Amino acid sequence: MKDDGINRREFLKGAVAGSAVATTAAVGLTSAPAEAQQKPAAPANPGYSFLSLDEAAFVEAVVDHMVPADQYSPKGTDLGINIFIDRALGGGWGKGDRMYMQGPWKQGHPNQGYQLPLRPAELYRAGIAATNAYCKKTYSKSFDQLPAEQKQEVLVGLQGNKIKFDSGLPANTFFSQMYQTVMEGMFADPIYGGNRNKAGWKMIGFPGVVAVHAQNIEKFRDKKFTAEPLSISDLS
Amino acid sequence: MAIKLKEVDVVLVGMGWTGGILAKELSEAGLKVVGLERGAMRTTAEDFSVPRIRDDLRFGSRNDLMQNPAVDTLTIRNNPKQDALPMRRLGSFLPGQGVGGAGSHWNGITWRWSDNELKVRTLYEEKYGKKFIPDDMTIQDWGISYAELEPYYEKFERTAGVSGKAGNIKGVVQKGGNRFEAPRANEYALPPLKSTQAGLMFAEAAEKAGYNPFPRPVANASQAYTNPDGAKFGACQYCGFCERFGCESNAKGSPHFTVIPIAMRNPNFELRTNMWVTRVNKDSTGKKVTGVTYINTLNGEEFEQPAGMVVLTAYAINNVHLMLLSQIGQPYDPVSQKGLVGKNYCYQTGAGATLFFDNHHFNPFMSTGGSNFGIDDFHANWDFDRAKHGYIGGATVGGGMTNGRPITYRPVPGGTPQWGTAWKAATAKWYNSAMSIGSSGSVMANRYNYYDLDPTYKNAFGQPMMRMTFDYKENEHKMGKHVAQVINDLAKSMNPVSFNPASVRTSWTVVPYQSTHNTGGTIMGASPGNSVVNKYLQSWDCHNLFIMGANVFPHNAAYNPTGPVGALAYWAADAIKNRYVKNPGMLV
Ligand SMILES: Cc1cc2nc3c(=O)[nH]c(=O)nc-3n(C[C@H](O)[C@H](O)[C@H](O)COP(=O)(O)OP(=O)(O)OC[C@H]3O[C@@H](n4cnc5c(N)ncnc54)[C@H](O)[C@@H]3O)c2cc1C
Repeated sequence: MKDDGINRREFLKGAVAGSAVATTAAVGLTSAPAEAQQKPAAPANPGYSFLSLDEAAFVEAVVDHMVPADQYSPKGTDLGINIFIDRALGGGWGKGDRMYMQGPWKQGHPNQGYQLPLRPAELYRAGIAATNAYCKKTYSKSFDQLPAEQKQEVLVGLQGNKIKFDSGLPANTFFSQMYQTVMEGMFADPIYGGNRNKAGWKMIGFPGVVAVHAQNIEKFRDKKFTAEPLSISDLS
Repeated sequence: MAIKLKEVDVVLVGMGWTGGILAKELSEAGLKVVGLERGAMRTTAEDFSVPRIRDDLRFGSRNDLMQNPAVDTLTIRNNPKQDALPMRRLGSFLPGQGVGGAGSHWNGITWRWSDNELKVRTLYEEKYGKKFIPDDMTIQDWGISYAELEPYYEKFERTAGVSGKAGNIKGVVQKGGNRFEAPRANEYALPPLKSTQAGLMFAEAAEKAGYNPFPRPVANASQAYTNPDGAKFGACQYCGFCERFGCESNAKGSPHFTVIPIAMRNPNFELRTNMWVTRVNKDSTGKKVTGVTYINTLNGEEFEQPAGMVVLTAYAINNVHLMLLSQIGQPYDPVSQKGLVGKNYCYQTGAGATLFFDNHHFNPFMSTGGSNFGIDDFHANWDFDRAKHGYIGGATVGGGMTNGRPITYRPVPGGTPQWGTAWKAATAKWYNSAMSIGSSGSVMANRYNYYDLDPTYKNAFGQPMMRMTFDYKENEHKMGKHVAQVINDLAKSMNPVSFNPASVRTSWTVVPYQSTHNTGGTIMGASPGNSVVNKYLQSWDCHNLFIMGANVFPHNAAYNPTGPVGALAYWAADAIKNRYVKNPGMLV
């Protein structure tokens, strides 16, 4: 699906704007192959509830760039980090359910923490749009269409605030929230859609949510402890 | 209009550690007590069972058990010249909410603060001379002595199931314990926890350097335990989900399964949850309080609860906020230095190093709230010569981690890329091969660190938010520099492949989490001229108002606060039961 990203998105956009027939076809396009559906395992892409098509392409590109497939783990989209992010943004966290969101709004000193009048999902949305606009201006392509080297350049530019958005949105504030969600998607319990097959935990040797170590603390002192990690679903 | 309820003897505002202790003690003494808690009910079986509680995203990152800033938060700034802005999401500290308060999701490290703190000004002036204390350092004696508190420390340690090794019993130094601790009448309730590899390696290095390592005392039961009230504790499983999480096996001492349910079995006590107290009411003379006003957060209804006595048990920050909102006592003004409510807000400082080894396995996920070694050579050790370094107070230093939860615990050497294959390689390589050395440093009171009401921002009840003005001063900078050096020397002596060095914190920032060890604001002391409450935590202004919590500390030590918070609650409860009830009026 990745290689024909643009075409698929354009097709789906047309489908939404177009007829009911086209919409049905679009659903067919995104659904997983028959044999995969028979497996109880989560489908590779269970669908997005929050991200738009352009946003999904951006997020997929980011998570696959930050978490590439290699000897340590499958790539970000295969870990479901994109799905984690979609659900986080669509849920209470994305809506700022535990944030004080009354004005007046001032930027203050960095010691005073986050002060933008944007909830996490709004910041994500604005940040993606601004980054894609920057990429189109600079490279004539959206972020997801850039080669790896240029993706890297953009991410480093966002992180270090070297990229300035015309809108005044602070690039590194967007970046650090995005980075946080990539890490959460890789290492949070798989119940949230990321860390598929506990691959994030396997990569480092974290045994997960079962932890009855009163016996192990001495037995494995200064010795490597290995166990098949267990998640919340495994025990429910 | 508020609905006026029937008068009771005592109303408690908040049901965490101090509310729980007072609820049990005062209802047992025959008083009719109502406990108002702004949050929901919490029980181990319903709220803390496995696997649900082992959700690092929900509880570790999203702070699901804590106060919700959308409803109430503080405004913050570093100095009075700045505009204070709201802490829009929780960060530096995590006030609790719900039955059990922060007591249900703390780590449990439990210390006894000694006369070094309680008589701070007298002792420093005696040893180092009056000039050693800077003019703007507003430290003062607490008006109470360690000897008076000793039995109450023991009472709290036994209630909370503290595991540890005594270092000084009745003046005799004990091998294996903290030789600098103040004399205890008895051993800890439980033997120390088993140490982690990191703890042992730290202890060995500290000993080689001539320091005195000991297992840190912590309310994580090292074995199954029944406390003196009959509350049953399971043995700690070293699960690595302690701080910020509830404990499924009741191995972590918490009011929600000890003092609170015991009080609830007593018909004299009534708990009302989801009730947010908005102010304490006074009579026309202003010399007595008459009860509290609160809002039912489930439907917005307002109530007035008349009471013979009000006890603030709403946590260190909220207790001060309620005093300011209720206009009891004079708010502190840093310019004129008049007024006392809000004065001497203190926090803590810290510095830490991360060490990387190629020949050790640390299994950071086998952790507790405190199964590590610490040293007190630069804190409780009164012989440590502060003159050489030019600071007052000190820092404890400890080795090891409290968890290996990977959303936040992923140590890598400085300079490692933050994503991509190189990042993954380093993350995988070092996760199990790194350990940390950390420290917690005291903060001495300063004229310009204080609380007052914010002029601009309001909480969900339309009330002015609390404004916190705080920064580290020269004293903390000097201490931080010294302790960072101690840590880095220890780290080098352990021969790691590399280490990320400790450095001094120069300025306070609201991100990331540091500690929920906020102190001061309604400080205790020997006279109404220098304190808000007397040694029995009784308001000098209104004799039927008592204020619990770390807000009564005139300064902050390097130790975690809950040892003296619990001891003072038991001490005040005794004074209320044995003296105040018989003869209501000033106890001093
Ligand atoms: C993550 C974490 C780790 C910690 N680790 C340690 C440690 O290792 N060692 C240590 O000594 N201390 C530690 N602490 C601090 C410790 O939890 C507190 O010192 C202790 O709980 C204070 O007791 P308290 O009764 O004052 O407040 P709490 O136990 O927090 O109880 C206060 C209660 O009052 C309620 N309340 C507040 N305002 C209102 C209102 N207006 N109306 C009604 N109810 C209200 C709150 O909801 C809360 O339930 C930690 C805290 C946190 C958050």
